[in-house]
Amino acid sequence: MTLLWIPLLTLLGVLAPMCLERYGRNLCSLGTATPPAIALLLALNQVPALMAGEVPRIAISWIPQLGLDLAFRLDGLSLLFLTLILGIGLLIILYARYYLAPEEPFGRFNAYLMLFMLSMVGIVMADNLLLLWVFWEMTSLSSFLLIGFWSSQSDARKGARMALTVTGAGGLALLAGFLLIGDMVGSFNVGVVLDSADVILADPRYPIMLVLVLIGAFAKSAQFPFQFWLPHAMAAPTPVSAYLHSATMVKAGIFLLARLHPAIGDSAMWGWLVTLTGMTTFLYGGWFALLKTDLKGILAFSTVSHLGLITALLGIGSPMAILAALFHILNHATFKAALFMCSGIIDHEAGTRELAKLGGLRRAMPITALLMSLAAAAMAGVPLLNGFLSKEMFFKETLDAGLLGGLGWLLPLLATLGGVLSVAYSLRLVHSVFFKPAKTAPPKHPHEPPRLMRVPVEFLVMICVAVGLFPAVLATGLLNLATEAVLGRHLEFHLAIWHGVNAPLIMSLVALGCGVALYGVHPSIRRFVRQFATTDARMIFENSIQRLVARSQSLTERLENGSLQRYMSLLLGAALLLATLGLLELPQLAGGMPEGELDGVLILGAALLIFGALGTVVTHRYRLVSLLMLSVVGLVVSLTFARFSAPDLALTQLSVEVVTMILLMLALFFLPQKTPRESSAHRTIRDIALASALGMVVASLNYAVLTREIDSISRFFIDNSVPGGGGHNVVNVILVDFRGFDTLGEITVLAIAGLAIFKLLNRLRLFMPHSDAEGRVWSPDRYPMILTSVSQWLLPLALLVSVFIFLRGHNQPGGGFIAGLVTAVALILIYMARGVEWTQSRLDFPYQLVAIGGVAVATLTGLGSWLFGRPFLTSAFGHFKLPLIGEFELATAMLFDLGVYLAVVGATLMILANLGKVTTPHRPTKDAQPATSKEKS
Amino acid sequence: MESLYAITTGILTACGLFLTLRGRSFPVVVGLTLLSYAVNLFLFSMGGLTTNGAAILDGGGSYADPLPQALVLTAIVIGFAMTAFAVILAMRARGDMGNDHVDGRQVDETREERR
Repeated sequence: MTLLWIPLLTLLGVLAPMCLERYGRNLCSLGTATPPAIALLLALNQVPALMAGEVPRIAISWIPQLGLDLAFRLDGLSLLFLTLILGIGLLIILYARYYLAPEEPFGRFNAYLMLFMLSMVGIVMADNLLLLWVFWEMTSLSSFLLIGFWSSQSDARKGARMALTVTGAGGLALLAGFLLIGDMVGSFNVGVVLDSADVILADPRYPIMLVLVLIGAFAKSAQFPFQFWLPHAMAAPTPVSAYLHSATMVKAGIFLLARLHPAIGDSAMWGWLVTLTGMTTFLYGGWFALLKTDLKGILAFSTVSHLGLITALLGIGSPMAILAALFHILNHATFKAALFMCSGIIDHEAGTRELAKLGGLRRAMPITALLMSLAAAAMAGVPLLNGFLSKEMFFKETLDAGLLGGLGWLLPLLATLGGVLSVAYSLRLVHSVFFKPAKTAPPKHPHEPPRLMRVPVEFLVMICVAVGLFPAVLATGLLNLATEAVLGRHLEFHLAIWHGVNAPLIMSLVALGCGVALYGVHPSIRRFVRQFATTDARMIFENSIQRLVARSQSLTERLENGSLQRYMSLLLGAALLLATLGLLELPQLAGGMPEGELDGVLILGAALLIFGALGTVVTHRYRLVSLLMLSVVGLVVSLTFARFSAPDLALTQLSVEVVTMILLMLALFFLPQKTPRESSAHRTIRDIALASALGMVVASLNYAVLTREIDSISRFFIDNSVPGGGGHNVVNVILVDFRGFDTLGEITVLAIAGLAIFKLLNRLRLFMPHSDAEGRVWSPDRYPMILTSVSQWLLPLALLVSVFIFLRGHNQPGGGFIAGLVTAVALILIYMARGVEWTQSRLDFPYQLVAIGGVAVATLTGLGSWLFGRPFLTSAFGHFKLPLIGEFELATAMLFDLGVYLAVVGATLMILANLGKVTTPHRPTKDAQPATSKEKS
Repeated sequence: MESLYAITTGILTACGLFLTLRGRSFPVVVGLTLLSYAVNLFLFSMGGLTTNGAAILDGGGSYADPLPQALVLTAIVIGFAMTAFAVILAMRARGDMGNDHVDGRQVDETREERR
């Protein structure tokens, strides 16, 4: 449980500054620092257990289906990193207290910082690869917030975006790698993975996995060719750079390499890739650090260089190389954090960090000068400081690496070269800031920083010196645990300053000597380099991002231009493609079934359908004619259903046809009567081709299905209709009983469509013509006599018919849908004959309620079965006897059907009556003023 | 019989689709309606074409497949709701945009076009 407290406390630290900000900076900093301080103590408290060879773990199941557990471990490697993350984190909190300007949002800064700390703690403690990845991405996100903290600066925004893109994309590659590992091993547990090296190495996917994992790690640790984001991340406030880009975030990639080394590190491919990438980065960073003119720029590139050094050591991979890598992680974190903080102090107190504007500061800030010189000396590898020890171990390992075969001498040579560069830029850093006479006065009058702002630097430099002097006493313990965690066994080693005169010492001395000489000639080198055109990584990056955005934008605009025509043609094109591919897979179009006999009626019906459909298209510019043609199709479709044994469908189609035509005619009143000719010939031909191709595909599909044996589940419905549903009309029983839930959904959709239309018609401004397309004015006779009187006696008859249809629906063709439509048609006839006002005054209830009531009745019927402990919509039925009528059957399904009936009546009338309401009162006639503008608002 | 049925469905589909590709709202609505006839016929035929076999149980014989019928029945009603929604949307679009184009342009139509 103690383990869980370490991340939990850091999480608490995220909230603390937000709550404490209003009580002033001191309290806010104190409140922020307390949780990680306790967490650090808790971590150190585990040391005895670690010494005893245990690995404390905790696991809580999170999403077991994915293999993701909330699992943490604390081994020596985690402890080493925890010490860095929490320890340096505490120093940074103190430093930031003085660094941030009074007007800057202090609480938010600390919260971001703690969020980042939490993610780092999560990475180093995770005992599950997926969990590790989650924290990994969290570092990318929180570092984005931190780098872009000064969001008003364009540099900060761009730098943050670049860091997020590069590390985030690397993270995705890493996830892919982790998933591959999980697939090979069968578990995402870190412990299991570390024990499965033989399985992983033997897997054929190993090279792919290794490359993916390395991309993730290299992107995070700014290794070549991903190094370009780190210098631009220097737009961050200096405490952030000191924390993220020296001690923690960039070390996450290194941590990952060390963590996974036992599982995936034992191959030649690892050795080559990691070592060479590391060496390249080492030299690349060193070279550019020498050329930069900005303090933080130099430090950024030197960080890139040192990360390369550590990566190279991990690539070499021998036990002593691992030890050297871990030792250098520790040393680099201390001296680099100190150097960053010093550069922040200089920036803060002198107002600039451009080398050209600085100089001679040793008089103004002597203590800072001393501290920074010591830290820089540690970076250069001057004896008696910690950097010297690990760098010498690095030299030794390059000598013993055994890579590159006959060219094995290349590694130590390159290492020495890197060392030379390292000495030169360290010297330049210190000399040009503190000792070289200033050419111009700095923007601010420089002076020593506030006492407490210097404390973190003093502390770190003290560690550099102390470890440099007494390595065996101070560093052995921690390194023992860490190497044990990586190697899986105890490693006997002795850290000492003096090993006698040997090759590494000579390399060190050469590096020191040549470094000083290189610094001496570096102005001429810089002059030489200046002739070459420089490529700014940020420009390349920004340009490619902008190109990408522009491409996506133009693609989106091409696909989504707001025109239905475009969407339809794309949609139909895609459908055509897919359906065609499906058809191509059929061995032959016709199945084995013989065709049925044709007769005259069928041919006539088909001819009418085809005539109607083609007529609709041909006459589509004359909208009313086109509509009449359409109604021919609708009527013949209904006859088709009747012919092919579907009386229910025929009845439904017939009544829907009537309602649809009334609706479309009514709507046509408000729309232009003619369609102008505007499609180009090209477009028309394209549309005809597309439509006919799809028509042919549909016809082929239909034919293919019709000539094949049909294997249907309908047998069940036919067999169970009477015993299970109590009805002889199987279609109706399916609707109200077997698939009642579907029907419920459908009447709900119907009611919603009605409501939506009601809403659409609300406050609609429409143009109403006073004459038809030919210029003939509308008939002055609004309510024809014959229609009025016929409709009046037709209504009770129609209602009677619909009751009849409704009641017989369970056993004979009919049912709620059809009855509802018949009722609706009868009522609409009244509307048409008498006008909306007359009808409305007599039918004084809102149809919305009828529709909603219908859905409610159906739902309640379904819920009713719960009262009897049955599932939703279980139906019951029984036979009853009534005098006069005789025996009849009552089923709860009938109640459900009543709901359907009401919903259909309500929705249909809601649509039509509301549409009618828009027209009537102000309909222009011959007598009225010709309407010229939009009326009715 | 089957081939004639399939050809008819295909022609209805093609005509409906051609109209949905037009540039004014009313032909699109008409096209949608025509297309839904075609789709209903297509779906209906998935149970095979049976003559004189309505699924009204009367003790014997073979019946037409009732399942596609039930599906198509609701499809007809929903199709009506969709047509209604589309056509009212077209009216609303004309009221708000000033014309009946389907590409969302906002230009008032000429007096000639209003008829």
